[in-house]
Amino acid sequence: MSAVRLYTWQRLTAVLMVPLIAVHLIVIIYATNRGLSAAEILGRTRGSIAWGLYYSLFVVAASIHGAIGVRGVAREWLGWRETALDRLMWIFGVVLLVLGLRAVIAVVAL
Amino acid sequence: MSSAAETMIDVRVWRGGEEGEYQSFSVPRRDSQTVLDVVTWIQRNADPTLAYRFACRVGVCGSCAMTVNGRPRWTCRTHVSKVVEDGRLEIGPLANLPVIRDLAADMSPFFDKWQKAEGTFVPSRTRHEPLETISPESAERQAADAAIECINCGVCYAACDTVRWSPEYFGPAALNRSWSLVNDVRDAGNLKRLAAAASNGGCHNCHSHQSCEQLCPKGLNPTASIAGLKRRTMQAYIRGEIS
Repeated sequence: MSAVRLYTWQRLTAVLMVPLIAVHLIVIIYATNRGLSAAEILGRTRGSIAWGLYYSLFVVAASIHGAIGVRGVAREWLGWRETALDRLMWIFGVVLLVLGLRAVIAVVAL
Repeated sequence: MSSAAETMIDVRVWRGGEEGEYQSFSVPRRDSQTVLDVVTWIQRNADPTLAYRFACRVGVCGSCAMTVNGRPRWTCRTHVSKVVEDGRLEIGPLANLPVIRDLAADMSPFFDKWQKAEGTFVPSRTRHEPLETISPESAERQAADAAIECINCGVCYAACDTVRWSPEYFGPAALNRSWSLVNDVRDAGNLKRLAAAASNGGCHNCHSHQSCEQLCPKGLNPTASIAGLKRRTMQAYIRGEIS
């Protein structure tokens, strides 16, 4: 995959994640300060389409961003060829996506 | 001739090719002495077989760059007083390039990469058309001028960490040249040039360590040029002009 395509997708997903991370951190601080229990948090997230969409978007962006990053690290440190690097990127990205979406389902599914 | 009262510099000079060793010389210290003066003194007075490269001696030609106490420098404009450490100088060939002999590095890979980066002007008019009038004050010309004073000395290339670990990377000088041409309104080769900048050896390798900017003897900032190329290639990719 071309360097400019990887660069563009990694930067765009980074831009997308900036507000997502900010909201994510604010929610964590809010939930812990208010002393919400796991059951109370799940009570608010289960069945919520908004939280489902929010965290699904987050997971997709993080999977793309992280997979491209790992590809870059492997390229510089391991010196792999392009096809091997692309394979690593796709496998890592899909694993992140599956793990992330499973977590989203656990939080929002009724 | 040196006298006992003279202050001497302990100079270690690389001898040999890729394999070799440093050889010590004692060189008399002079006022306003440059590192090139030191190397020339050794060749004329101590060992005429010493190989090194220079031409203009006044910071124009970019021929005399060497590694001085661990850093790449243009030796003709580097005063000994600026770089000497405890009365010692260690002078070697430029890093990140094959060594021909002693202090002469093989610049071929450096210039080959200028070609790969499409660092050649592509005219948009023929000789039969009138000359295009370019205002020196125009924003485009000023952007092109910011990167144009490069003398091809190879200091940035030798200073670059990314060049050291990635042999296919074009390096700061070639991409700086590319950026100058990208901003040149008379040039017609930008699509091919941006495609080269976006290729595997191109601008996206740069980690912005800025050693090139720190050590460029002409005070240029190739890191900024490379950042410009990253922006322009991304715009071209989003527009579908390159893939």
